[in-house]
Amino acid sequence: MAEPYDILVIGGGPGGYVAAIRAAQLGFKTAVVEREHLGGICLNWGCIPTKALLRSAEIFHYLNHAKDYGLKVDGKIGFDTAAVVKRSRVVSAQLNNGVGFLLKKNKVDVIWGEATIAKPGEVWVGVSTKPVMQPPNPIPKGILGAGAYAAKNIIVATGARPRAIPGIEPDGKLIWTYFEAMVPEKFPKSLIVVGSGAIGVEFASFYRSMGVRVTIVEILPQILPAEDAEIAAHARKRFEKQGMEILTSTKVTKIERKGDSVVATIEGSKGATRTLEAERMISAVGVAGNVEDLGLETLGVKTERGMIIADGMGRSNVPGVYAIGDVAGPPMLAHKAEHEGVICVEAIKGLDPRPLDKTMIPGCTYCNPQVASVGLTEAKAKELGIEVRIGRFPFIGNGKAIALGEPEGLVKTIFDAKTGKLLGAHMTGAEVTELIQGFVIAMNCETTEAELINSIFPHPTLSETMHESVLDAYGRVIHL
Amino acid sequence: MPIDILMPALSPTMEKGNLARWLKKEGDKIKPGDVLAEIETDKATMEVEAIDEGVLVKIVVPEGTADVPVNDVIGLIAGEREDAKPDAASGLPRPSAAGGLGAPQPPQQSSPRQESVPSQETLATAPPTPANTPRPGVSLDGQPSLRTFASPLARRIAKESELDLASISGSGPHGRIVERDVRAALAHAPAAAPTQDTKAPAVPLPRPPDELIRKNFAPGSFEEIPHDSMRTIIARRLVEASRTIPHFYLTADCNLDALTSLREAINAAAPKDKEGKPAYKISVNDFIVKALALALIRTADANVTWTESAMLKHKHADIGVAVAIPGGLITPIVRAAETKKLSVISSEMKDFSTRARARRLRPEEYQGGSTAVSNLGMFGTKSFSAIINPPHATILAVGAAEQRVIMKDGVPAAATLMSVTLSCDHRAVDGVVGANLLAAFKDLIEHPAGMLV
Repeated sequence: MAEPYDILVIGGGPGGYVAAIRAAQLGFKTAVVEREHLGGICLNWGCIPTKALLRSAEIFHYLNHAKDYGLKVDGKIGFDTAAVVKRSRVVSAQLNNGVGFLLKKNKVDVIWGEATIAKPGEVWVGVSTKPVMQPPNPIPKGILGAGAYAAKNIIVATGARPRAIPGIEPDGKLIWTYFEAMVPEKFPKSLIVVGSGAIGVEFASFYRSMGVRVTIVEILPQILPAEDAEIAAHARKRFEKQGMEILTSTKVTKIERKGDSVVATIEGSKGATRTLEAERMISAVGVAGNVEDLGLETLGVKTERGMIIADGMGRSNVPGVYAIGDVAGPPMLAHKAEHEGVICVEAIKGLDPRPLDKTMIPGCTYCNPQVASVGLTEAKAKELGIEVRIGRFPFIGNGKAIALGEPEGLVKTIFDAKTGKLLGAHMTGAEVTELIQGFVIAMNCETTEAELINSIFPHPTLSETMHESVLDAYGRVIHL
Repeated sequence: MPIDILMPALSPTMEKGNLARWLKKEGDKIKPGDVLAEIETDKATMEVEAIDEGVLVKIVVPEGTADVPVNDVIGLIAGEREDAKPDAASGLPRPSAAGGLGAPQPPQQSSPRQESVPSQETLATAPPTPANTPRPGVSLDGQPSLRTFASPLARRIAKESELDLASISGSGPHGRIVERDVRAALAHAPAAAPTQDTKAPAVPLPRPPDELIRKNFAPGSFEEIPHDSMRTIIARRLVEASRTIPHFYLTADCNLDALTSLREAINAAAPKDKEGKPAYKISVNDFIVKALALALIRTADANVTWTESAMLKHKHADIGVAVAIPGGLITPIVRAAETKKLSVISSEMKDFSTRARARRLRPEEYQGGSTAVSNLGMFGTKSFSAIINPPHATILAVGAAEQRVIMKDGVPAAATLMSVTLSCDHRAVDGVVGANLLAAFKDLIEHPAGMLV
């Protein structure tokens, strides 16, 4: 074996490649092992290509509503499914290529294949036997191949994959996961989406915008179960207005696969059953960590429910073995993985980074309307016994929202009544995924309501709704 | 050639100060880092530390001298083999820097580098900070800054809790005081107890004169209660502990469901006497004491005491349990708790609490131990972190057991959880050792049947 790597990262997703770049910046000799695609699910089959698809859906929606803006479109408005999908693949390929460039620029070795940790300090890379999702992004040039590699520190960043519920296992034809849902050959007439987390709702929104009859089936009493109930209810109303059918407190008990359709038997909370038929079904019931075949059991690395147990610095119970990102537990978000990757590497360097604070990780869902949040929901804050002050501001009171033709939206802020600490912020409406970061910074700087109230928000912007929401929490709202 | 020790300046505007005390005698060997003397101004006390090795050959300015001009020679250090006699020239007091206010100090190339300790605002609990990070309350040029860097939230909580921000050191970026620092400062105060009589710390703490503190409040608006000896000892020991022990904190949530049902079963099975009084009633705290003892035996590397020359590795797990009593608290020790049945621990604790409240504990009953349990759960505290009580290497801060929603097999479910925070002395217990101790403790609490055999 050649000279050992200081840091070897298993998995080239957003957590892994960012950790590798930070490691290289800190002067570590670094490698990334990747079996399928640089950039991971996020960039190849997740965050990025779905945003490209949703953008097509958004523009299609605007074209259909051109009249609302005084515009005239002559002729039939339509879409070319293959071209919409192709655009999303081109976007993905460009960024995938960009990751390869960044790793090369930082002199990070890329090892192609599937890794197993033989023992602390040694990783075996074999040729991957996992079928590659089609269409694949090209394999980068200048990579290293299978073999044994020595590494002083090994960071497991293998991510997660769609979870399957027994009985409704995805088959790629009638029952899809996000993989197939992202590259449809044609749009089905009807679709059942099982699960209403971020992935389920985004696909539901995309397919509905493209004219598909969509039914969401959610086992919990609210859609977007991680979000604040009020925001989720607001979004639900909008979805239903767009023609989606939403069934909460409902589970799928049986599936019958027909030639070109799926018949689902569903059961509501009171035990009433009925059947739903649709051409396709998307299973979006969560993801499970990729902990298999890494040699973790042999090493004695502790896992729990398919996730590696790691501390705030990514350390597993085995010295020299670290875990970051989805495989190290929820929330399974690319930005959380990136942050953990950086912390992990900086801790190895001895830089004493601030451990990840899971209470300040923002979440964004790019459905129409968008949903974004950070911190505690109202229910959670009350469950913790915190006395809260809550502010709300609807988009209808915001000039920019009216001008944009996006008057439906809501910003809700939650403060600790005693200290003025901003506990949570929850938003739905146009561009709220771009707005939430303001509250994230505020929380990280430990501002109270006073600094937020004293800050000047530019006019006319949607961000004024954030200011007004804070003002409302303290009985000072202006435009309501 | 002996090296001059110069009267240091606390700030560029300082012209003179009082040499309060020499901590070394003429003829003492000096190691780098030794505190040589203490300098006072009206604002603060500051230590003069040695960087070079040698012998303190001459004290030029005796202790108790007031108004010593900055940059005057106050003493001389010589290399061990050097002639102990100071040369005449450098033995003379130097004129202080001309120009007075803000005049630059002459460079001191071969003189001992005198590391000034930050002013009193930050001395009490200053955490180890990287050398290149400006310390809180002191600006980059060494001048005590008027501004205390603190987040808005930290300021507000401190204000509402009547806590002086200047008494806290910050753990945020660039030493900024953030919420957790204030919370920790508030939580620490009642968290540990005096376990043994101690001699005065080697270096007394600089304190603002009491008169200055009183001036903050209108005369007659408060009642003055003189400290009793317990209060004095608590104050002294905890200041010393928080200053000298590099603390770090590990938190875990323990599922109490199994323990709760086991405890009910055990208590239900207690034989009853004629009046129907059960022979024992095991508390959750008794389980905690037992679990911590067994965990310490499993994690022998954490069952230690730090001394400067060696690590004392204990053969038994002696667990201190903080007991609140009027006017303070005390920490009686359950000896060899790993060998004792829960019923024995339970009756010992009852006896200790009763006698502690009457202040009838014997010194040998509260001296020693390698760890302690501080349980504020019964007061509804969710979680907190405690100050280690020397000679312990750890202390376990126990929060309230409460119903919380957890994910069980991917479905929300109710469970009784208890948050515990283990404070560790990093000199004696490293992160992984502490984490292993905490993991062993959690495992025992969550599988409590293991404590019965």
